[in-house]
Amino acid sequence: MVGLGILKGLRETARNLIGSFYQKERLTTVQYPEEKIAPKENNRNFPFLVFDKDPEANLRCVSCKICEKECPPQCIYIVQKRNEKGKAVKYPEVFDIDVSVCMSCQICVEVCPFDAIKMDQEFALSREDRFEDLLFDRVRLSKSNEYYHQIHPTEAGEVDGRLKEQRKQAEAKAEAKKQAAEKAAA
Amino acid sequence: MIRVNNSDDTQLDQLMGNNLLNNTEPGSIPLTGLPESIRVMEGDAGEVLEVSMGPQHPSTHGVFRMDVVLDGETIVKLKPVFGYLHRNHEKIAEQISYLGTMPYTDRLDYFCSMTNNWGYALSVEKLTGLEPPERAEYIRVITGELTRVVNHICLVGFFVQDMGASGTPLMYAFREREKILDLFESLSGSRMMCNYMRFGGCRVDLSPEWLAEAKKVVDECPRFLDEFETLLTENEILIARSRDVGILSSQKAINAGVTGPMLRASGVNYDLRKVDRYGIYDRFSFKVPLGPVGDCYDRFMLRILEARESLKILKQALKDIPEGPIMDAKSKIRNFKPKPGEAYGRIESPKGELGFYLISDGGVSPYRYRVRSPCLMNLTVLEDLCIGSKIADIIVILGSVDIVLGEIDR
Repeated sequence: MVGLGILKGLRETARNLIGSFYQKERLTTVQYPEEKIAPKENNRNFPFLVFDKDPEANLRCVSCKICEKECPPQCIYIVQKRNEKGKAVKYPEVFDIDVSVCMSCQICVEVCPFDAIKMDQEFALSREDRFEDLLFDRVRLSKSNEYYHQIHPTEAGEVDGRLKEQRKQAEAKAEAKKQAAEKAAA
Repeated sequence: MIRVNNSDDTQLDQLMGNNLLNNTEPGSIPLTGLPESIRVMEGDAGEVLEVSMGPQHPSTHGVFRMDVVLDGETIVKLKPVFGYLHRNHEKIAEQISYLGTMPYTDRLDYFCSMTNNWGYALSVEKLTGLEPPERAEYIRVITGELTRVVNHICLVGFFVQDMGASGTPLMYAFREREKILDLFESLSGSRMMCNYMRFGGCRVDLSPEWLAEAKKVVDECPRFLDEFETLLTENEILIARSRDVGILSSQKAINAGVTGPMLRASGVNYDLRKVDRYGIYDRFSFKVPLGPVGDCYDRFMLRILEARESLKILKQALKDIPEGPIMDAKSKIRNFKPKPGEAYGRIESPKGELGFYLISDGGVSPYRYRVRSPCLMNLTVLEDLCIGSKIADIIVILGSVDIVLGEIDR
């Protein structure tokens, strides 16, 4: 009979319509600005810089410029700091990320050997000016390690463990070097 | 929208091949009530009208234009015009590092970023001799097949929407897609631009919770497909619109280099998962559905059947996935320089054979990088499919070809 297929389909639609009042899985939308779905733990958006205690002194970034080189859309701009004598210091004088260019690919995070740059979960970044306001500078990008723990708890735990291990090894190495120097002096 | 050939517009005639409209002499016939610029040409086939469909047409799946020459309502000539979304993908890849190209491949076919990643990773692995560990291969199969399910159910939704089923099947498809995209997000961090696979493995490991969640989604999906089938497959309107429309014969499909579901809908048994057996596809038992006629209805049905087969693979893969490392120990992220040579890696992406051709000169970036995009190859037969059918059928035929402009224009 012609029309039977359409009727069958309509039955399915009706089941979905009525079901949407009773079953959660049939009504998956939320009223966005009032109701928000929490982002997944791994969710990534734009990069930020991690500092340990003080945002100025304890920034993990040493301005090695690997991320600047590897960034596929070339949205990172770094200038290394120099002291009064003009010698390079392991600290970024300028660290700009143009988030209007950034494509959230996470490659800067992967290539960073110091775990200094991580992915944020901040979104809804609309601004009046798309050039100046979306060019994030070092101050705007710096966020604490606690914040990092908040958004990516598992990953941050791993990173902390790794850094601790590295620091221990470095201390042991320095100790050994010192002892060797003492021995040589004696 | 509608542009009728001007008698002075000989340049376009030449572009169109000039077979039909070569007779520009007899002059044009002005129509009353139309602007002066719109005139009807008199060609060999009588009065023909040239209509430019797109690039902003809602059914052209992006920015894609078709110059259609119509005799009444029947199509006598069709010229696809693309390139509106060209963004230099291949040239950019030749200037940045191998790893840097990976996020750009997400943006080729933005519906199936996982399979794009896989294809690129496979060709770099062929170039360098890296071997992904067992667990990574399983993860690739799982994510790849999930992508296939997403692509096929969404395509069916779009296809039906093009016919005028204003949204209902598409929204049901999107509801299902959302569950799978949630899985991708919790795995890779992004819903669509996953950037997940790496040379010699994958970026992050699966957690047991993720596996449990994926199992749940995979178990629930067949029920949704049943629902989808009752909703659509027997629908008289859908059958009337798609059966015997845009028939592609198997010979023509093979000659044109068509691959993927479109080729199989024409009855050619060619699936790279069976032919190449790349990755670990030889371990799974699954069938390759084939279409009897090769019309739009077959192409539509084949997608649903393939989604079902993908779910079978997924069930097996989720059951068998072993423990172990997910990256080849020899792979490195910084300073990645393959030895000079060339490689062509190809996979069965949801749309067809997706190939990446790489030539390395030993530097940090490839000397030559080329994408063999299934959408572009499948689109080449569009004119053959459309000629002789009515103008409303173009939309249906284009919908059944399954194109994504990100991959065609690159």
